[in-house]
Amino acid sequence: METQPAPAIATEKVPLEAKSPFEMRVHLGEGVPETDVRTALRTGDMGFLHSFTTGSAVDGPGIRLVAWTTACMFRCQYCHNPDTWTLSNGIPVTLEKAIEEIRKYEHGLKVMHGGFTLSGGEPLMQDRFAARLFDAVKGMGVHTAIETNGYFGERLTDDELQNIDLVILDMKAFTLEQHTRVTGLPNADILEFCNRLAELKRPMWLRYVLVPGLTDIPEEMEAVADFAMSLGVVERAEILPFHQMGKYKWERLGLDYQLQATEPPSHEMVAKAVSIFRQAGLTAD
Amino acid sequence: MKKAEKLALDDQWSTDDIIRDREELSEQIRALGELKEMAAKYGFDISGPASTAKEAVQWLYFGYLAAVKEQNGAAMSLGRVSTFLDVYFERDLEAGLITESQAQEIVDDFVIKLRIVRFLRTPEYDDLFAGDPTWVTESIAGMADDGRPLVTKTSFRFLQTLYNLGPAPEPNLTIWYTPALPEGFRRFSAKVAIDTSSIQFESDEIMRMAWGDDGAIACCVSPMAMGKQMQFFGARANLAKAMLYAINGGRDEVSGKQVAPVTEPVQGDYLDFDDVVDRFDKLMDWLAATYASAMNVIHYMHDKYAYERIEMALHDYAPIRTMAFGIAGMSVVADSLSAIKYAKVKVVRDETGLITDYVTEGEFPLFGNNDNRVDGMAAWLVSTFMSKLRKFPLYRNALHTQSVLTITSNVVYGKATGNTPDGRRKGEPFAPGANPMHGRDSHGIHASAASVAKIPYRDAQDGISLTTTLVPTGLGRTESDRITNLTSILDGFFGTTGYHMNINVLNRDTLMDAMDHPEKYPSLTIRVSGYAVNFIRLTREQQMDVINRTFHGA
Repeated sequence: METQPAPAIATEKVPLEAKSPFEMRVHLGEGVPETDVRTALRTGDMGFLHSFTTGSAVDGPGIRLVAWTTACMFRCQYCHNPDTWTLSNGIPVTLEKAIEEIRKYEHGLKVMHGGFTLSGGEPLMQDRFAARLFDAVKGMGVHTAIETNGYFGERLTDDELQNIDLVILDMKAFTLEQHTRVTGLPNADILEFCNRLAELKRPMWLRYVLVPGLTDIPEEMEAVADFAMSLGVVERAEILPFHQMGKYKWERLGLDYQLQATEPPSHEMVAKAVSIFRQAGLTAD
Repeated sequence: MKKAEKLALDDQWSTDDIIRDREELSEQIRALGELKEMAAKYGFDISGPASTAKEAVQWLYFGYLAAVKEQNGAAMSLGRVSTFLDVYFERDLEAGLITESQAQEIVDDFVIKLRIVRFLRTPEYDDLFAGDPTWVTESIAGMADDGRPLVTKTSFRFLQTLYNLGPAPEPNLTIWYTPALPEGFRRFSAKVAIDTSSIQFESDEIMRMAWGDDGAIACCVSPMAMGKQMQFFGARANLAKAMLYAINGGRDEVSGKQVAPVTEPVQGDYLDFDDVVDRFDKLMDWLAATYASAMNVIHYMHDKYAYERIEMALHDYAPIRTMAFGIAGMSVVADSLSAIKYAKVKVVRDETGLITDYVTEGEFPLFGNNDNRVDGMAAWLVSTFMSKLRKFPLYRNALHTQSVLTITSNVVYGKATGNTPDGRRKGEPFAPGANPMHGRDSHGIHASAASVAKIPYRDAQDGISLTTTLVPTGLGRTESDRITNLTSILDGFFGTTGYHMNINVLNRDTLMDAMDHPEKYPSLTIRVSGYAVNFIRLTREQQMDVINRTFHGA
């Protein structure tokens, strides 16, 4: 991934659309009154988006339009977008505006075997907005995907899950101890959500971030892989090598970044992790 | 054949046109004799048809060589020979005369010859065109009007040369792309684009509708009917500078000299959209007249003093002639007009009253983000300038066409152009071809390509060039994903109204490293607007321009 310094004229304003979530956004929604924020969260009339991009080839199958929401309940040590943790760092976007924007790409997304992906932050922090947006996009006949940590999976009804063609679940860890260490929160609800998806036979992809010294624990990966395999609906597992592109965000936000000195994993380490997932019987890369 | 064409003119009254045609046909017949003589010197009698694939390639090469020699090594495109030659290879393979690897070797050898023709040309060309282009454009694939794909095994063999011989700018391999092509071929061409960044794609459907299914590319991206059509080409109009002239009453914003006819310059502190458009429209009237007249003179004189005998001998009599005009600075103008309309643009004057800078306050839509408010301005510009050019009769009744293409000259045009109302600073490069300005297409490639696809081909029939750079990891996690995804992008773009796409699959880091360590990257080839160049032979300025372009990643 590469980012481009914005031209002089673009620095004054903040367009809704960014090339990637690596462009830092902070305090954009602060002008929205607290009561309006609460109403928005309850009704889904409005969402808070970090950014919005087209032409993504790595957020689900085909060429996709991706919207990144703000707000997350996790504080993952390796998070590369800590500016998406806070809801008010997002741009307030009405549901109608978001639907209108997606509609512009409806035809192309179908031709390019792609679709729409809602990512974050954690999109289910804005579950009503997410549910209504998926309902509208599904109505266009466009493939839909959510990238979620699954923690708030219970907030979506079975019917609402039918509007999501693919759940890309970011599985941070399997054991409670490791999950708490990495994210700051427990994972029982996540495993329960996965089991529910399996019962409903909803297709899933699984993602696992490989961080040397933090998540490169063979037993942990084996447990994640075996669990994923047992679900019977995981079509693909993706091992995401840790990178340092989010480092500047931690620094600028004044946050305590534990992984200052951590290097990205070597090709051998990645290959080893992939083989663990493959040994469990998953399609992994 | 040529003698018959000449004989047919005997009955026609000796007007200027007929006399000239007779003289030209005589020259063509003489040139064909010289071609035969040249081949004889190499020990070949090319007066009869080729009997094997090897001979077919040799005969073709003699024709090509003669054409290049006649032009001192200037730009010379090839045709769609990969489709044409295939029957010879098929027949020889069937007869057991050659094996597949020998067939490939013949193609490889031919491509080596095409890559080295640049050594034949005068050194002035190398100074003028950075990165060594000789415009040996070979068209590959496409569809026939009856629905058969024109993909042959030799189409694959030509692409395979990029692996056997390594990536290189020449020949300029151009896929006539449509989602209707067989999937295996579409995937292979996507793979070649990913692995080599050396090929370009053009819309088979758009070109075939306009010029028929037996067509090929001349120069960079200009389609024409094979052997029945030619183009007069020359230079480009810098429309960004023209807009500044309109604002300054015809004075040059850099030198202060009066260049265009004197008009009242813009008054007041702020630019008014309707006022600027009105002035710009009038200035383009003058510019179109000046440009069309210069082109008429140039090509009249070229035919008179440097008639292209052998090239025209290899064409049918009375070809369709187009006169291909060109424009530069489209996205700068579109963004500037958008700034004037949707934001507030304050002018800054120097002591002589010349407007040399602009202060833009507020937000405005930028070209390249699939926003009709500004994309419409780009389309308006292209159509408006074309309609002005069409008012002028052209030499030999040529048809008016224009291209939105710059190769590397966007850097040169930008260097000569002052500050513009979109916020671009004096001397900064324009975006290449029809590209959005660097870094302003912030929605990603789908939005960026959608904006460019709105430029109407009917008013830019010589081509609309989009150069895209994709980061490999952004295109997919595995090689197979990357091929699938690039194929999808191509299907999406050419399945709608996209005309041309250059594709680079590169990391910015690779290019930066190549600037510092050129010895490590002798054959690093990249696509620029309408063309491929050897990266390390570009000037530092042009290298920086390439590096500053938008890289679409994930």
